[in-house]
Amino acid sequence: MMPMLKAIETKGLTKVFRSGLSMKPLLALSNLSLSVESGTIFGFLGPNGAGKTTTIKLLTGLIHPTSGSAFIFGKSVQNITSREKMGFLPERPYFYEYLTGLEFLHFCGQLFGFSRSTRDKKIDALFELVQLKGSEKIQMRQYSKGMLQRIGLAQALFNDPELVIMDEPMSGLDPIGRKEVRDIILHLKDEGKTVFFSTHILSDAELICDEVAILIQGELRNQGRLERLLNPKIKSIDLCLKGISKEMCRKIKTMTSSLAVHGETVLISVENEHRLEKLLAWVAVQKAQVISITPRKETLEDLFLEESKVGVKS
Amino acid sequence: MKAIRAIAVNTFREAVRNKILYSLVFFALVMMLFSLVLDQATVGQRNKIIKDLGLGSINIFGVIIAIVVGINLVYKEIEKRTIYPILAKPVRRSQFLIGKYFGILLTLAVEMLFMSSFLFLLVLFYEGVFDAHLPLALFMIFIELAVVSAFAIFFSSFSTPFLSGMFTFAIYVIGHLTSYLQEFGANTGSAVLKHLTTFFYYVLPNLERFNLKAEAVYQLPIESGRIVLSLLYAFLYIVMVLTLSVLSFERRDFK
Repeated sequence: MMPMLKAIETKGLTKVFRSGLSMKPLLALSNLSLSVESGTIFGFLGPNGAGKTTTIKLLTGLIHPTSGSAFIFGKSVQNITSREKMGFLPERPYFYEYLTGLEFLHFCGQLFGFSRSTRDKKIDALFELVQLKGSEKIQMRQYSKGMLQRIGLAQALFNDPELVIMDEPMSGLDPIGRKEVRDIILHLKDEGKTVFFSTHILSDAELICDEVAILIQGELRNQGRLERLLNPKIKSIDLCLKGISKEMCRKIKTMTSSLAVHGETVLISVENEHRLEKLLAWVAVQKAQVISITPRKETLEDLFLEESKVGVKS
Repeated sequence: MKAIRAIAVNTFREAVRNKILYSLVFFALVMMLFSLVLDQATVGQRNKIIKDLGLGSINIFGVIIAIVVGINLVYKEIEKRTIYPILAKPVRRSQFLIGKYFGILLTLAVEMLFMSSFLFLLVLFYEGVFDAHLPLALFMIFIELAVVSAFAIFFSSFSTPFLSGMFTFAIYVIGHLTSYLQEFGANTGSAVLKHLTTFFYYVLPNLERFNLKAEAVYQLPIESGRIVLSLLYAFLYIVMVLTLSVLSFERRDFK
């Protein structure tokens, strides 16, 4: 069997922008080597200004690399045929405001060279998928942010792409809108497609991504399957207690470094189960009340913060 | 080819749904009607005045429309990021730019047809007949607009609308004065200046070639050879300017 082509592969991708009269160079992306397996949902994470949009623009051919190369299903992004199997949803999408949603999708279909009847069929299905039925004949200047995002998704899916690239698809949406976008991404995965999206909303990535990459200050910090990147072991245990005297607080401080008092309740964090047992035994003797015990696993947020710290130090 | 057509039709649609275009056309029509007032002051010259003012206003408002539409075409697409989803599809940047160019030609053609019919009606009403000179002069105005639009696209492929507008308008003005440019250089006596003006004479378009207004107004003979040469000249010029536009556009980063 032939080895499966990577949906996205970049080798030493670097972009330096020059701006202003002085042409001062700005390193936006440095030596990015990334590979995205086909059929996965890939989260591209990083704080604002990390180079996520720069990478996506390089992949979609909107900007040219300073050095390095990038491939979509084995085809160089410099070659426009690499975009045949690709769909792209830009960040905060904005489309021709003087067109209706229907006219816009027809225009997109014409760009791919689809015939009128094919376009009609596809457009009908797309409006259904992105739940814009009934808004086809409204000019897009009247579309809300959420509706623009949806028509953006529809145009990105017109050619039934194998790979869908989305730049911050959930930003600016309310929780319901975010869930709808997540559902569409999962639906695309079910159809065997690859989804590559950038985000700084970590919970969204954690919910649906198979694999993530973390980009900080133009450099790739970490890449891998979520379960491998995140430590599955319990990181700490949070304990909430009631009926603790000041005297007891002092005693607890000798057992753990983390203690916070909120009115009557006291929040304590312990490192492991062994310590928890000791503390609970002591609490039982003191006749204090245990309100809750919450084990904390490492989250994407922890990993992200850790990587960011390394970034700041270096 | 289908992509170019889609982009051209969309560009036309954008222009048609833009209110500025209508006000410009409206002003052109007002200018033509003004010729009827002027006519009161000049006995017996009615037809000449109608044709002269009519051709003049169609020309100048055509140029304004070509510049206003042309300089915004590419800039707005980048500024509003509407170009992103298009170029992320298998569409070449050259196809995009050429589509835009045909879109503006289509807009100008429709606008000119509209204004020309108005002029024809005026001439027909006051003269009863009209000769072949008038449509020919109008056609050559359209060719001139095609050249000016190519420049508008060229400048807007790398600069802001304001600068593109200034540059394109400068090209239009200088384009009508190139013959003076050469004369001026020859008369100064400075070798450097002479070479410089000769250089510009050949590089800049000679838009006077497309000016048949006097011939149409005064019924002067028009050689067919001149028309053919002018068309060839315009064609080569447009191809050259669009090629340069594509080359600069291909290299551009859409930040």
